[in-house]
Amino acid sequence: MDAVYDWFRVLYDETGINLPFLYDSYDRNRMFQGFLTTIWLSLVCLFFSVIIGVIGAWLQGSSFKWTRRIVNGYIQIFRNTPPLVQLYFFYFAIGTILPRVENDWGGQSPILGSFAWAAISLSFFAGAFNVEIFRSGIEAVPKSTVEAAEALGFTRVQIYRDITLPLAFRVVLPALNNNLVNLVKTTTLAYAIAVPEMLYEANQIWSDNVNVTEMMIFMLLAYFFLVGILVSGMNRWERAMKIPGYG
Amino acid sequence: MSWTPADPMVSIRDVHKSFGDLEVLKGVSLDVMKGDVICIIGPSGSGKSTLIRCVNALNDIQSGSILVEGLEVNDPKLDKLKLRKRVGMVFQQYNLFPHKTALQNVMMAPVRVLKQDKAAAEESARALIKKVRLEGKENSYPGELSGGQQQRVAIARSLAMKPDVMLFDEVTAALDPETVGEVLQTIKDLAEDGMTCILVTHEMGFAREVADRIYFTDGGVIVEQGPPATFFKEAKDPRTKEFLSQIL
Ligand SMILES: Nc1ncnc2c1ncn2[C@@H]1O[C@H](COP(=O)(O)OP(=O)(O)O)[C@@H](O)[C@H]1O
Ligand SMILES: [Mg+2]
Repeated sequence: MDAVYDWFRVLYDETGINLPFLYDSYDRNRMFQGFLTTIWLSLVCLFFSVIIGVIGAWLQGSSFKWTRRIVNGYIQIFRNTPPLVQLYFFYFAIGTILPRVENDWGGQSPILGSFAWAAISLSFFAGAFNVEIFRSGIEAVPKSTVEAAEALGFTRVQIYRDITLPLAFRVVLPALNNNLVNLVKTTTLAYAIAVPEMLYEANQIWSDNVNVTEMMIFMLLAYFFLVGILVSGMNRWERAMKIPGYG
Repeated sequence: MSWTPADPMVSIRDVHKSFGDLEVLKGVSLDVMKGDVICIIGPSGSGKSTLIRCVNALNDIQSGSILVEGLEVNDPKLDKLKLRKRVGMVFQQYNLFPHKTALQNVMMAPVRVLKQDKAAAEESARALIKKVRLEGKENSYPGELSGGQQQRVAIARSLAMKPDVMLFDEVTAALDPETVGEVLQTIKDLAEDGMTCILVTHEMGFAREVADRIYFTDGGVIVEQGPPATFFKEAKDPRTKEFLSQIL
């Protein structure tokens, strides 16, 4: 590996193309931590946004008018405002009114850090779209299939879990994957509240090395490959979920 | 007053049912004894499906009473699970779970609803699939089966709950002519085993062969009824006569 690292140092010396996150162990570590933070933030948001989608779609089918209204209000707010504004709202508006806790150095720090706020904010953002996506899938499940389950004695929860959701899921997988890919791209907004994710670390590196061009090219490629891997994984998943002789 | 096997298994008394302003059932009464096979025939829109859907509470009723082994279906506090363990239903469009194999379709309710042990449920499911003559199709998905095969899986799925009475709503109406026979044979086997059956059907030959009684409905009422031997030969009501002349 050292030979490779050295090669990039030579590349810099010879051509001026400066990629310190490859030859410099400190920058390499920063970049790698940024990469891990991006992956972790993405996974957390993917998970919670899908949970929000599933529960929200269930609540939308509620017989209580106010439950449906609250869910719809949530969707409207998060769909019709920019995710960056949402993030600032959570971090600066809600984050500052929450009580503070004493930290290790005897000072006061917020209960939730920037990572937690980014995770919350982006999960709600993507979750709002997921609710709509799951709802459209649920509506596509034939009423007669649900009735057959009812006639067999399934409860409402069992029907949702065993029949409606699995069928709806297959219908919406392309739309869901699309939204999740967008979510991964949107994690770069966490930069704005100093979550040390990939873009933020790249910024740190270019501030120290004055190599904005190289860093931005690298960022573009890094996200291109990261999202590419995600998309191909999801396409494979879509194919695996296909039901023989259906749809 | 508790139910005994000497009482009707299903007792429908003066049932009225409306969808909004549309009155679909205008006072229907009929009794089905244990082991009876009854066929309900009548023109489309006369309320046949609505009637049998009321028996397992897929539709509610406005007035009258439906007792299934003494259980009042029109009771707001009805234990639906208790009712649905007793009553099996097979639909015109099969309504199988498309994401489950034939075997899984049959096993699912016993495992989920009756909390049966998986291995035991699978064993009974395999036996039922054999009984409806679908051995070898256990691992096929509904989309890979013909209409007749799907309908037989649907029958097996219903039987897996060990119901006391089976409802069939025009279960051959959506099938290709060449697969109608296999489904009718399956129902005939069931009837011969002593299963109590309420069938809505347009298959007159079949009705004549298996039914203990035939009910003719029109405009939300039962117009005429009787055992097949007399029903087909001695229909009195002009509506019955006209219907039979069209269909026979
Ligand atoms: N869920 C429903 N909502 C409103 N009208 C219905 C509904 N189900 C059935 N109907 C109406 O009730 C009448 C009887 O329908 P149905 O019982 O399906 O008749 P059949 O099975 O004899 O053809 C029809 O006019 C039909 O349009
Ligand atoms: Mg009908």
